[in-house]
Amino acid sequence: MTTFRLNGRDVTVDVPDDTPLLWVIRDEVGLTGTKFGCGIGMCGACTIHIGGRATRSCVTPVSAAEGADITTIEGIDPEGNHPVQQAWREIQVPQCGYCQSGQIMQAVSLLKDYPSPTDEEIDAVMAGSLCRCMTYIRIREAIKKAAANARGDASNG
Amino acid sequence: MIKRIAAAIVGIGVAGGVGFLAYAWYPAIAPVAPPPPSTFTAAQIERGRVLAAGGYCAECHTRTDGVRGVELAGDYKMDTPFGAIFSSNITPDPETGIGRWSEAAFKRAMRKGISRDGTQLFPAFPFDHFTHMTDEDIDAVYAFLMTRQPVHSVKRDNTVGFPFNIRLEQAGWKLLFLHEGPLKNNPKQDAEWNRGAYFAEGLSHCSACHTPRNLMGAEKASAPYDGAPVDNWIAPPLNDHNPTPVVWTEDEYFKYLRFGSAPLHGSAAGPMSPVVHGGLSEMPESDVHAIAHYLAEIDHSATRVSQDPKAIAWAMKASMKDLVGPQVNPNAKLYAGACAACHANAGPQPVEGRPDLALNNALWLDEPTNLFQVILRGIGTTEGISTVSMPSFYHSFSDADLARLATYLRATRTTLPPWTDLEKKAADVRKTLPAPPVASSH
Repeated sequence: MTTFRLNGRDVTVDVPDDTPLLWVIRDEVGLTGTKFGCGIGMCGACTIHIGGRATRSCVTPVSAAEGADITTIEGIDPEGNHPVQQAWREIQVPQCGYCQSGQIMQAVSLLKDYPSPTDEEIDAVMAGSLCRCMTYIRIREAIKKAAANARGDASNG
Repeated sequence: MIKRIAAAIVGIGVAGGVGFLAYAWYPAIAPVAPPPPSTFTAAQIERGRVLAAGGYCAECHTRTDGVRGVELAGDYKMDTPFGAIFSSNITPDPETGIGRWSEAAFKRAMRKGISRDGTQLFPAFPFDHFTHMTDEDIDAVYAFLMTRQPVHSVKRDNTVGFPFNIRLEQAGWKLLFLHEGPLKNNPKQDAEWNRGAYFAEGLSHCSACHTPRNLMGAEKASAPYDGAPVDNWIAPPLNDHNPTPVVWTEDEYFKYLRFGSAPLHGSAAGPMSPVVHGGLSEMPESDVHAIAHYLAEIDHSATRVSQDPKAIAWAMKASMKDLVGPQVNPNAKLYAGACAACHANAGPQPVEGRPDLALNNALWLDEPTNLFQVILRGIGTTEGISTVSMPSFYHSFSDADLARLATYLRATRTTLPPWTDLEKKAADVRKTLPAPPVASSH
């Protein structure tokens, strides 16, 4: 039995300790916004937040999340209007969209650590989140847009 | 003449042997009826609970291999160079536990390593540390243990082979290595240091893992806190041989021992996790401060701390290396893809919750053991920082990948000579771990 908080509600699951957290979130709880990509923590599609920090859920055993406060793409804003989601829409970032929930979760966590990130900081932190549609340029722009919106800038230049 | 000399030698030998037997022989202490809980005060039991946590009783007296045993019911398998030793049941079960042990019998075991029935205990039980505890504290631990639920549980037999299985030999071991009784107050040090020493050297027995052992399994008096291998991990040096670029100050020690993470050194992991989260977290904050105060004096951090800003500046520069622009170095790509999202740091200081590898203990130790352990296992919320976790890269990296990653990090995030034979060392660590399931698509 593992117990944690998921998007603000308590969840207890009865699965083997080494079950990947991604399967618990998708199959046991039924939240499918978090995606399966590579299954070895090398692409970022499964990124969620554990204790506010971006974490690859496909390689995190459920037991490693005991007592944790977990947030998925469904939980960052009840209306889907987190500043990063808004920026994503404004810039029209996604193409196929498959990796985007992971990208957004990683970006939200990046902005907590670096509220006005430079290109270098964005590259360093986002390098582990792959996009086969090559939306990287727009991802970088949207991150800067979200940072600017959060600062209250009139425009992001 | 020769006969007479021989007779004299035999005579001296026999006398010595008799003397030794007299020294080594202890009577059984009569069994008692298990004391009812009313024997103890609530305050004493509570004090005992805290002390039992701070001495990690449950860590070595609860079975973990194969099945998870009932807490304190013993049968924990401890692998030693002499064979496996299985710990005893310390619940108050009258038949299989310590239910018939009087307070005097318990105190004798803690102070001298003698079982109630008079047999010598192996020093896998760290009585060489518990001997320093006060009467009051030993009595409190006794009160706590005797008020637990009795569990009927028989331990497995030790596999210690001849001649080390002769328990009488332990008496000789004690003659050499047991310094019985309370620690002397060190008047050159302040009260907090002395309190820290009381816990670190006694109850919490830090050096049991952090000091290397000699051929007889005793801590080497010549190398206190020099670091040692333990349970397929390395217990790092706690003296000034600790190679991390930033020193372990009292503040770093306190954060690590209290919360499981020192921002400038890394998280608790492996055998240290229960020390922090199952043990020291139960102790009063002031006692953990005292331990931190004592340990920081052992490593002379105050004399070296002035170099820290330089070391942090160097580490912060190293942290962003190879993360910007096109990458041609395949080893750097491994790092950028798998690690940098959480570990890269920009700016003048590591961000809280982004453990910086250029400062991390595991990269600076003489062997890559701890680095491989952490990459392969990950760190759960109950092990390191209690709110976050690190995934397990067991299936992500082959042993060759681990070797490349370790080579790369050692070369770019430390100033130390390269590690050798990495692929084999990675395989050796992997062998000690259970394989988690592969997260494949359905």
